[in-house]
Amino acid sequence: MPIDILMPALSPTMEEGTLSKWLKKEGDTVKSGDVIAEIETDKATMEVEAIDEGTIAKLLIPEGTENVKVNTPIAIIAADGEDATAAAAAPAPAKDVSGVHEAAKNGSGESGSAPAVAAAAPAAPVSVVVASDPAIPAGTEFVSMTVREALRDAMAEEMRRDGDVFIIGEEVAEYQGAYKITQGLLQEFSAERVIDTPITEHGFAGLATGAALAGLKPIVEFMTFNFAMQAIDQIINSAAKTLYMSGGQLGASIVFRGPNGAAARVGAQHSQDYTSWYSHIPGLKVVAPFTAADAKGLLKAAIRDPNPVIFLENEILYGHSFDVPKLDDFVLPIGKARIHKTGKDVTIVSFGIGMTYAIKAIDELAAQGIDVELIDLRTIRPMDIETVIESVKKTGRCVTVEEGWPQNSIGSDIASQLMEKAFDYLDAPVLKVTGKDVPMPYAANLEKLALPSVADVIAAVKAVTYR
Amino acid sequence: MAVAKSKVGSKSAPAAGRKPAAIKSAKPTASAKAPAAPLEFSREEDLAAYREMLLIRRFEEKAGQMYGMGLIHGFCHLYIGQEAVVVGMQMAIRTGEDQVITGYRDHGHMLATGMDAKGVMAELTGRRHGYSHGKGGSMHMFSIEKQFFGGHGIVGAQVSLGTGLAFANRYRKNDNVTLTYFGDGAANQGQVYESFNMAELWKLPVIYIIENNRYAMGTSVSRSSAQTDFSKRGLSFNIPGEQVDGMDIRAVKEAGERAVAWCRAGNGPYILEMQTYRYRGHSMSDPAKYRSKDEVQKMRTEHDPIEQVRVRLLDKGWASEEDLKKIDADIREIVNQSADFAQNDPEPDASELWTDIVK
Ligand SMILES: Cc1ncc(C[n+]2csc(CCOP(=O)(O)OP(=O)(O)O)c2C)c(N)n1
Ligand SMILES: [Mg+2]
Repeated sequence: MPIDILMPALSPTMEEGTLSKWLKKEGDTVKSGDVIAEIETDKATMEVEAIDEGTIAKLLIPEGTENVKVNTPIAIIAADGEDATAAAAAPAPAKDVSGVHEAAKNGSGESGSAPAVAAAAPAAPVSVVVASDPAIPAGTEFVSMTVREALRDAMAEEMRRDGDVFIIGEEVAEYQGAYKITQGLLQEFSAERVIDTPITEHGFAGLATGAALAGLKPIVEFMTFNFAMQAIDQIINSAAKTLYMSGGQLGASIVFRGPNGAAARVGAQHSQDYTSWYSHIPGLKVVAPFTAADAKGLLKAAIRDPNPVIFLENEILYGHSFDVPKLDDFVLPIGKARIHKTGKDVTIVSFGIGMTYAIKAIDELAAQGIDVELIDLRTIRPMDIETVIESVKKTGRCVTVEEGWPQNSIGSDIASQLMEKAFDYLDAPVLKVTGKDVPMPYAANLEKLALPSVADVIAAVKAVTYR
Repeated sequence: MAVAKSKVGSKSAPAAGRKPAAIKSAKPTASAKAPAAPLEFSREEDLAAYREMLLIRRFEEKAGQMYGMGLIHGFCHLYIGQEAVVVGMQMAIRTGEDQVITGYRDHGHMLATGMDAKGVMAELTGRRHGYSHGKGGSMHMFSIEKQFFGGHGIVGAQVSLGTGLAFANRYRKNDNVTLTYFGDGAANQGQVYESFNMAELWKLPVIYIIENNRYAMGTSVSRSSAQTDFSKRGLSFNIPGEQVDGMDIRAVKEAGERAVAWCRAGNGPYILEMQTYRYRGHSMSDPAKYRSKDEVQKMRTEHDPIEQVRVRLLDKGWASEEDLKKIDADIREIVNQSADFAQNDPEPDASELWTDIVK
């Protein structure tokens, strides 16, 4: 039975690619494991390996062809003993895709797969209102960059500025970062300041905290915050509490950063939002930016901050592009929310990737005549509740949006604070849109159900506006 | 070249002198010296080894293809190259009684314990009849029947869990042993050493199998480890260990039997460093720039675990090319059926979102 070799997908979002090179020609015999072709996508060059044994009966797509759709037959293999010419002529009923070896140039990821999705995800079109930030001089140029690049630039700038700043974590140096956030830093700052660790989170989080107690300013990268659970004792018991316990003698100027929350289809142990966990802890600051500008300005602030700062990034946002002011030293204040869009009917409060649901919802709501004010908290602790209260005084209604679980969520805290501080202004109960109260399932349909949706946000807004 | 011909560095079997003689010298296993070359397999053993390893290889290749087709998502860590380790160890234990636990590179372990290829593949596609009803995925599958305890995504976590499984055996006073697999990278996690200490202190029947495939993602062993001879990692706790050529299934089985006998007899834990190699990237789209193509090619051509058995079967006249082709065809059939099943099985019902959270 002749076998079709199909154009392989390298990530769930890859739809087409360039067949750049055939390494075998018609008539060549191949065996399982032979590299037969090279395929290029926007971010990677992959080698395609044969899985089946036989003879290349026909190359269906010439090399150099661009925009070859995934799952298009690209070659036909005649199995051993089959007549290759007959096989080339006959339609091949058995479908087969070859094994894939990606040589990713960008956005590779912990285990290499999901991040490719993140990098490929389209950038959300957003108009950013920089409400409470330091004045950006008129005429400032903006450059479009990804969150990934913004984070890298922030670290590079601070490392140039202060020799005490160093970065430590798994795969941060030679591999250029599991999610390529530290790309180029090893080359610029050497292995003394860009330090690959063994897989030993509790150990290196403690070591870095010790270095911070001695006055250095570590940036600790967790490959993801799921693995920071191994280290959480050092973060809380050592980094967060020492200033207090020492009566102010010793503190830790340290940043713990990395992707937080659900990625895509990586299951329960790799998909958890820790925002509310860290926001519970006195002695920590907790930052969770959405835009690239905020990522840059707040990471620079976090590195300079004399306290331990938990800096929660999001893998899916890494590939999103935003306008970032082109300034020599763009530092934003920690603890200030940003009014993303002003409005009069209802306040939505969100942060990080939660903003993507809110932004999509406000357009639909506008079409239905509901004018939303959208607040991006940016910093979770200390929380800028004043900005939220001022907004609610105007709108009388509030909906919170986050991917984390409902109990003791950021939304729960906002609801309780509004009840205490703005009860008289509320025209409806505060509603929370959160992830469902279940561990993250792997199956595609269940994962979708477990995450909050734009429809959830719209439904909540309609409920609080009695529409 | 780290795959040893036989034992490298440490002494082969635990020498009597390495442990208090009063405890160890009476045990036959304690002083047993490993032969320089592993014992030959019988025809039946070689044929079984060939089939089992080939099943894993073909299954993993198919999983890789299906990932390419967008049918499998997220993280998918293939076991290609390391097949002799699980198959050899499985030949040394009592399937269904002795427990097995590992990390996320787990498809091979599941197939080796006899878990159904269809159920594993359907879990990879996130479907209803996958081992976890689609809720676990590649890294999280389990089978009580086969005493396979997962399937864990947090590097190193399975080491303490496996130690706990062994604790339960001792508590119940049965003579089952626990195979606890982990990688060279995982071997640097703190809980590994906390576990070692308790296991030796309480003489728990656990075999720590360190699958040293020389890399943890992009980090080679020499860049992550002060002591790169993993068989010695238990020395300060008095846990015996040996380095094993994990590409030679005979060596694996033989060392496995020694370790199992040691544990069953109540002597406590045992460490086996399996020197092996993964041919593919860490996960599906790892650029693998941290090693040369030559290095990979050399392993494939000179040390392939399946090829070694194939050559033996042919050289000894125990099987003809035709016989092996027949086996290959049978295996492909099993794998293709699992792939068909995994593509046609429906997604889990939406109500499954809310089941199995608490009992
Ligand atoms: C606690 C923790 N830290 C980091 C990771 C990310 N991670 C997944 S696999 C891996 C490498 C492990 O290598 P090794 O133990 O040698 O096993 P191998 O992949 O080679 O089988 C890393 C760093 C994780 N899953 N859990
Ligand atoms: Mg390894």
